[in-house]
Amino acid sequence: MSTVAPTPELVALRRGIRRRVLFDKLFSVFGWLCLAVGLITLAALLVDLAIDGLPHLRWDFFTSFPSRKAERAGILSAWVGTVAVMIVTGMAAIPLGVAAAVYLEEYGSRNWFTDIIEITVTNLAGVPSIVFGLLALGFFIYALDLGRSVLTGGLTLAILVLPIVIVATREALRSVPFAVREAAFALGATQWQTVWHHVLPYSLGGIATGVIIALARAIGETAPLITIGALTYIAFLPASPIQGEFPFVSFQWTEDPFTVLPIQMFNWISRPGSDFQGNAAAAGLVLLVMTLLMNGGAIWLRYRLRKRIRW
Amino acid sequence: MGDLKAEAIGLDFHYGEFQALEGIDLPIHENAVTALIGPSGCGKSTFLRCCNRMHDLYDGSRYGGEVRLYPDGVNIVGGGVDPIEMRMRIGMVFQKPNPFPKSIYDNVAFGLRTRGGMNRSEIADAVEAALKSAALWEEVKDRLQDSAWQLSGGQQQRLCIARALATGPELLLLDEPTSALDPIATAGIEELILTLRKRITIVIVTHNMQQAARISDWTAFFYLGRIVEFGATKQLFVKPEKAETEAYLTGRFG
Repeated sequence: MSTVAPTPELVALRRGIRRRVLFDKLFSVFGWLCLAVGLITLAALLVDLAIDGLPHLRWDFFTSFPSRKAERAGILSAWVGTVAVMIVTGMAAIPLGVAAAVYLEEYGSRNWFTDIIEITVTNLAGVPSIVFGLLALGFFIYALDLGRSVLTGGLTLAILVLPIVIVATREALRSVPFAVREAAFALGATQWQTVWHHVLPYSLGGIATGVIIALARAIGETAPLITIGALTYIAFLPASPIQGEFPFVSFQWTEDPFTVLPIQMFNWISRPGSDFQGNAAAAGLVLLVMTLLMNGGAIWLRYRLRKRIRW
Repeated sequence: MGDLKAEAIGLDFHYGEFQALEGIDLPIHENAVTALIGPSGCGKSTFLRCCNRMHDLYDGSRYGGEVRLYPDGVNIVGGGVDPIEMRMRIGMVFQKPNPFPKSIYDNVAFGLRTRGGMNRSEIADAVEAALKSAALWEEVKDRLQDSAWQLSGGQQQRLCIARALATGPELLLLDEPTSALDPIATAGIEELILTLRKRITIVIVTHNMQQAARISDWTAFFYLGRIVEFGATKQLFVKPEKAETEAYLTGRFG
């Protein structure tokens, strides 16, 4: 079969394709550069933090109280405070947030009232954290007289992350197909039986992921805790929750003053001289690792549970 | 062919402003299969979902008229009637198999546990009986703790039938139970329906007219929210009285 040279139309067509494909390539290079800016900045930050902080990360850094001498100062009260505050935050934010989301998603019918609640919840997620600090100062400390305690700190962070928990839980509940709810209702289940035996268990992965992300956000918060007057220098631990004598369990720790890692960092950074800068970097590393572990846990959990239930 | 198990008398149904069913009169004969046929959107599934108050789950639904459930003659769609009681007395199987992502055993046991009052061994016996009724026992008896999602589509649908049968319903509603299944699985479900009808009253919505002809004793033809014609299946398929019925059966519309 004989062939002819490409017609001018075909040549023009090919030139057009080449031009558009070139644009594709240029864009992918541009996108890659944008990504690199973010990643390189983050990596530089991490490396810098590691260079300053790693030499200070010895065992006694975790087991020492803060001190006037930089080389003897540690983060014992700070990390214990962070853990204690997170426990209170979780115990308050998880049940409240999940219950609110279940109400909005499963019980509340759509009307102007639930619409307003929905808009409010979404907007609350965008309120600057220091405003929550002011609210907590007025409500928990002045009105309820809870003092500058672990309880106040935990509750403050709980209302701060409540919108995150609610939004994530609603998202998770919505991912359960309606056919499953219908199947349960058709067998004569009540709303509660449907939620408790089906909808909640099937959306557990999404809820847990949302909760962890909310707590990871709370763990790094500083401003609202400074607003409520969390101390920056604490040389003792909250009371132990387990006691040697009856009734063996004590909630005294919730009433004790506290500090947390970011506040400890802030304290060290604001000191003159470079002695404490290394300590601050080390505390920053610890905080960063805690956050990354939580986020990693969230990803792992989501992966595990998605594998089990895929609609 | 026996007494009536249920009866719709002047049933109206509205979704918000839209009237989906108008003046439905339909007798449901006891221990027989009643098929509801008609083109998409004609109201046959809507009618079925009135019978166990499924519409109550959605805002803006409104019932009028009556659906009487015998022998006590309670009006299923009556205002003072508890939809939960109706759903416990009336079983339903949906178009797409919808087993819970739990074990085979837990799927069948859920309805029994919901109402409480049975101990473990009573539940185990009831689960076995229900799986046998749904012709699934032989296939799953050695793996009752496996996830229901590991079953094939046809097995899942039979599991859904077992789940509905476990609580001993007085009436079984099937909403296009074979439309998501392959021909072999469909044949299995049809065979099962023919066995079940000896001891339970069945109402089945189907898109498939041959299926209605094969398995039902009575057929109602729905069109635009009304019943155009109701009669014994043989009568209706061989010699329909209304022109619309004949047009639909011969494939001229729908």
